[in-house]
Amino acid sequence: MFTLKRIAVCTSMLTIASASLAQAPQFGQPIAPADIAGALVGGMGTLAPDKTPIKTVGSFWPYATTLFDYVRRAMPFQDSKSLTADEVYAVSAYILNLNGIVSSNDVLDAQSLPKVRMPNRDGFIPFPRNPK
Amino acid sequence: MVRKTHPEPGDPVAGNGILSRRIFLEGALVVGATGAGLSCGSAEPLTVQPWMKVPGSGFAGYGEPSLFESKVVKVFPPPPSPAGVGASRTPLHLLEGMITPSGLHFERSHSGVPDIDPDQHRLVIHGLVKRPLVFTVEALSRYPMQSRIAFIECGGNSQALNAPQAQPLNVTAIHGLLGCSEWTGVRLSMLLDEAGVEPEARWVIAEGADAAAMSRSIPLAKAMDDALVCLYQNGERVRPSNGYPVRLLLPGFEGNMNVKWLRRLKLTAGPAMTKDETSKYTIVLKDEKAWQFVFPIEVKSFITRPSPGLALTGPGFYEISGLAWSGNGSIRQVEVSADGGRSWAQAALQGPILPKAPVRFRAAWQWNGGPAVLQSRATDDTGMVQPTRAQFADERGLRGVYHYNAIASWRIDEMGEASNVYA
Repeated sequence: MFTLKRIAVCTSMLTIASASLAQAPQFGQPIAPADIAGALVGGMGTLAPDKTPIKTVGSFWPYATTLFDYVRRAMPFQDSKSLTADEVYAVSAYILNLNGIVSSNDVLDAQSLPKVRMPNRDGFIPFPRNPK
Repeated sequence: MVRKTHPEPGDPVAGNGILSRRIFLEGALVVGATGAGLSCGSAEPLTVQPWMKVPGSGFAGYGEPSLFESKVVKVFPPPPSPAGVGASRTPLHLLEGMITPSGLHFERSHSGVPDIDPDQHRLVIHGLVKRPLVFTVEALSRYPMQSRIAFIECGGNSQALNAPQAQPLNVTAIHGLLGCSEWTGVRLSMLLDEAGVEPEARWVIAEGADAAAMSRSIPLAKAMDDALVCLYQNGERVRPSNGYPVRLLLPGFEGNMNVKWLRRLKLTAGPAMTKDETSKYTIVLKDEKAWQFVFPIEVKSFITRPSPGLALTGPGFYEISGLAWSGNGSIRQVEVSADGGRSWAQAALQGPILPKAPVRFRAAWQWNGGPAVLQSRATDDTGMVQPTRAQFADERGLRGVYHYNAIASWRIDEMGEASNVYA
């Protein structure tokens, strides 16, 4: 089981793509998705042709280990590098669980996290015009 | 009758008033051909201004621009956007030449600009090396150095032009994530040779010392080729916003890989798959697939002047000026059009023309006061030609966000106002 200790600091980076957002008052200017911290949850199926991609951990990220790597280096935003390794695994597991990729009973650690198969694992191809 | 084999200065060479570039190549001003001189008056007596009557101010330890240039500043999102997160953009339409003043060089930061004490900063080289090494800034400063003039462009520059409808944006908002400096530092290959790269190493993971510890995986071949561990920018120590005290320069590669505040280089067999090379800086194509590890900035150009906010004041002679660059080599030619790409003429390229550095191009234009659509099209010395927006979209769609390099268009209306259009 993973612990949710200190999870409150992580909710600040957690935005969930939701149709209900459209019901809020619409006084703001549109922001390009890349301009802000992208949604971490949802967006499944939005890579399909002619859709606007919502690139979340669940819909886009090819590797679960990237979560550990990023949270360990850069999070929590106001106090980065303050989590223990166990806490970083817990945060990673929490986000993967919100995306329906691991169950709430799964244990994530150095052995199990790299084995998590991400839905878009095969979604990437190398750029064909890199220098040799 | 003498048959002209070359256009004279001032001769039209493409539609809608583009004149021969010989004006720039030969310095021949053609008042007669353009119909009007550009000076603002004739024989008006000079006035003795107040600043000519009393001594001016004293010396300054570090110079600043004129008070009258206060509008030439970077643009960045106001609060509530977190300070230092995102990007500040360079007002390239208000600048000239090829070098970006250090204080106006765009910034892309993921968790603010750290205040790094150079005496406390360390650069480590470890991983698949025979001798893991640590360097102080002082130690790095003792290696043989070299300088090169190179552009850095954010992979996300010009992404506004992916939008289905052309947005009312200016040069800063569209193209302002581009800068060019003279960078000085130590060849990374020299440091890697000292550490002794193991034969199975293929990648170098570069990590910054900011709160985000921004990290990217770099092919070892690039690290050994022309990568520079930079200590100086335009002759002075690298600015904090650009990576003080040590930043990585990967000439021609997308800006994000030129890791600022460089503290770690780890040699590995494979890439780290960091956040900024998986969830970001990958290009979603027309189908579900995405390009990953898109390294070079491909050939690109745009017109800085005229452009939105820099209105023409009436029919007559104007210089069309802009920047062209390629992460794959040198610019071979730039063409300009005043009729939306129906006809083209070569612009004059201002030297020096350097690989992986922007070139300033200039064209002469006689505006007749009617509508015009100005475009520039660059070709680099690999033969790659800047694509039209349609060609660009045909290859990869318009969902990719990053590495937008298609031909850009400014429409000039009868009032002389310029606006962003798709043409």
